[in-house]
Amino acid sequence: MIQINKRKKIKSTKDRRNFLKLTTTSMAAVGSAFAIWPFIDSMNPAADVLALGSKEFDLSNVEEGSSKTVKWRGKPVFIKHRTKKEINDARKVDLSKLKDPEKDEDRVIKPEWLIVVGVCSHLGCIPLGQKSSDTKGDFDGWFCPCHGSHYDSSGRVRKGPAPKNLLIPKYKFINENKIKIG
Amino acid sequence: MIKKFFFIIFSFIFLIPNSFGEEKMQLKKQNWTFEGVFGRYDDVSLQRGLQIYQEICSACHGMKRLRFRELKDLGFTEDQIKKYAETFEILDGPNELGEMFMRPGEPSDTFASPFKNKEEAKASFNGSYPPDLSLLTKAIKNGPDYIYSLLTGYEDPPKDFELTDGLYYNPYDDGKVIAMPQPLYDDAIEYIDGTNASLHQLSYDIVNFLNWAAEPELEKRKSMGVKVILFLIVLTALLYVTMKETWSRIEK
Amino acid sequence: MVKKFKNKTLAWLDYRLPIFSILREALVDHPTPRNLNYWWNFGSLAGIILVIMIVSGLLLSMHYVAKADLAFDSVEHIMRDVNYGWLIRYIHSVGASMFFLIVYIHIARGLYYGSYKSPREVLWWLGIIIFLLMIATAFLGYTLPWGQMSFWGATVITNLFSAVPLIGDNIVTWLLGGFSIDNPTLNRFYSLHFLIPFIIVGVVFLHIVSLHKVGSNNPIGIDLTLKQEKIPFHPYYTIKDFFGFGVFFIIFSIFIFFLPNSLGHPNNYIPADPLVTPEHIVPEWYFLPFYAILRAIPFKLLGVLAMLGSILILFVLPWLDTCKVRSCRFRPVYKQFYWIFIFNFIVLGWVGSKVPEGHYLIISRICTTYYFVHFLIILPILGMFEKTLPVPLNIFRTSKVKKN
Repeated sequence: MIQINKRKKIKSTKDRRNFLKLTTTSMAAVGSAFAIWPFIDSMNPAADVLALGSKEFDLSNVEEGSSKTVKWRGKPVFIKHRTKKEINDARKVDLSKLKDPEKDEDRVIKPEWLIVVGVCSHLGCIPLGQKSSDTKGDFDGWFCPCHGSHYDSSGRVRKGPAPKNLLIPKYKFINENKIKIG
Repeated sequence: MIKKFFFIIFSFIFLIPNSFGEEKMQLKKQNWTFEGVFGRYDDVSLQRGLQIYQEICSACHGMKRLRFRELKDLGFTEDQIKKYAETFEILDGPNELGEMFMRPGEPSDTFASPFKNKEEAKASFNGSYPPDLSLLTKAIKNGPDYIYSLLTGYEDPPKDFELTDGLYYNPYDDGKVIAMPQPLYDDAIEYIDGTNASLHQLSYDIVNFLNWAAEPELEKRKSMGVKVILFLIVLTALLYVTMKETWSRIEK
Repeated sequence: MVKKFKNKTLAWLDYRLPIFSILREALVDHPTPRNLNYWWNFGSLAGIILVIMIVSGLLLSMHYVAKADLAFDSVEHIMRDVNYGWLIRYIHSVGASMFFLIVYIHIARGLYYGSYKSPREVLWWLGIIIFLLMIATAFLGYTLPWGQMSFWGATVITNLFSAVPLIGDNIVTWLLGGFSIDNPTLNRFYSLHFLIPFIIVGVVFLHIVSLHKVGSNNPIGIDLTLKQEKIPFHPYYTIKDFFGFGVFFIIFSIFIFFLPNSLGHPNNYIPADPLVTPEHIVPEWYFLPFYAILRAIPFKLLGVLAMLGSILILFVLPWLDTCKVRSCRFRPVYKQFYWIFIFNFIVLGWVGSKVPEGHYLIISRICTTYYFVHFLIILPILGMFEKTLPVPLNIFRTSKVKKN
């Protein structure tokens, strides 16, 4: 009887020890995870960077037929006030001919305003075509001088090594004359 | 042994922090809502403080570390902050012609200083510089009580006191004189929420606002602190029990 | 006696680079005296706070800008904009104070139990070297926020080097990289502040190697020869150290979350102004005793030498203390002088924060004199004449003796 009791006592001591070890270790592990998180999160964008992550832009001084370059998140964004001709040309294009098929209607909210990130999808140069004196390439949009990619009046790649169309950033119209990007 | 350990910790905690600088006047200690382990800011008081800052203090004092978007802590919505920011003119540029220009403020802008730089400020006030208020409550020992005492402490100088022109008598300041004329009086402004704008109320609200401007993280810091310390107490107790259990193996 | 690893991968690696067996010997099997008390927790505490300081410092360095007109703003950027920036900054600034508190208690333990005596002299020296490196690191780091106290504290301390005869001024100009504390100084202080903690890690490594070679001291100060007098480090001292960490983190958290600026000086929240000197230039609390010694002596060069000497004298302590008995437990007379010395050190710290005039100056001079008298006169004489209590032969005989 005494022998069995002693064994029971030893076993329950072992159980108690294991329970303690397990509880303590898991609590310490959870605590450590919570403790490490602020250090990791501190490397995420700070509040001032996030605040500039979305910006509003005024469209009222961009005349029809012209295009303005603005800076957003450190990158150039082309705001193009398209003419009726440019819109029609963009919509007439046969999608099967496009390397990166996209309907023009899917790339704009209001057809007369095209908003694209002005960074070539090939290797990151800034395409020409914003100034009236610039060449607009063979498709009346933009031309990237670095390796010869041509974009059309919807910012879609038509010729050259670029794999994708010019990126459309997330944006919305605040009113008739203002958009908020980001 | 334990007694001596606590003696060392005691002298550390109480002796050293109190040994900086001498107290000159007994400060008027107030009950600040942000003090103590469970300290929080009173949003309504902060809003009133913002009004005081804008209507009185901003004439001379800058607040250059505070951004408009941070006012959401006071309970304002994004739209309200945007409209408020637009009432300020911010210097920006250069534009495409190389010129600097003024534009309406945006939430990411800071409160501007009323002066271009420190030198211009000093020139306007005979060499005295109205300090930027962004960190004032942290830059002075017992900041909140001191600023409250100073703002409510203006009085007539004693008969034999020689008061230079351009200086004002305040027993709480160094040398008992200060270059700032009394900024707050009873009913100096009309509160938007209709509270009685007594000198005490004005001083109380502006100090609340200044402390928030200096320590916007206070509420998060203290609430996190309570959770962290409670967790640590439980974990340390567990560690203690585990330690005793482990050492019980050694009989002698 | 080398245990083999059960895991085949570990065994393969360990044969080629014995890092696992070294770690196992040092942290698991290492025979440690079984009678260590809580004063022995402070070594591992110092280690963990060093790690915390390096990690928090590294993360701060990702946002801090070491340029005179941007430094203060970058620290405020950390406090206001960086996610949890305020937390990391307070961990680092409070952590510096905690580091010194822990190390002071760690040194006090060494002084009480005679841990500096043979064969632990080199261990003791490595510790003093770590302390000196910590002082350098803390001084450099305090300049970085570029507040009023940062600027003026740096001005005062760098000016001390002009006390060196003949070449003093040249040394100061060389240190500053200019004619006053300015951008070049800030930049090099940042770079050195980043480097020295890693030198500290190296010296800590040597400190532990030396410790493991001679073995830990223990509260009764005798050499342990019996096998039963020692127990493996793991699990007994690993869990005890973790418990110590728990207690420490609670105290650390109280300061970080509720009293983060109580150990600092409010003046440092004012951006540095070379044209405005603060009323009282005071260093952080952990430098106050040495600051008091510096200002107690009216002659610049002597003051600097005394301040340096107060730390360097620790190097010869093993030979100044001539008593054969290690622990204060068995030195009832020295024990009294030990506590007087501690009290004297605390008073030195207190008076270091006051203006060196009037009765404060008198107190600082008395305490400075006593500091050196303790090492140069009291200790050697006690060693020769003190009647020590009988020292036990092994740990087990003292279990009936009342604990101090």
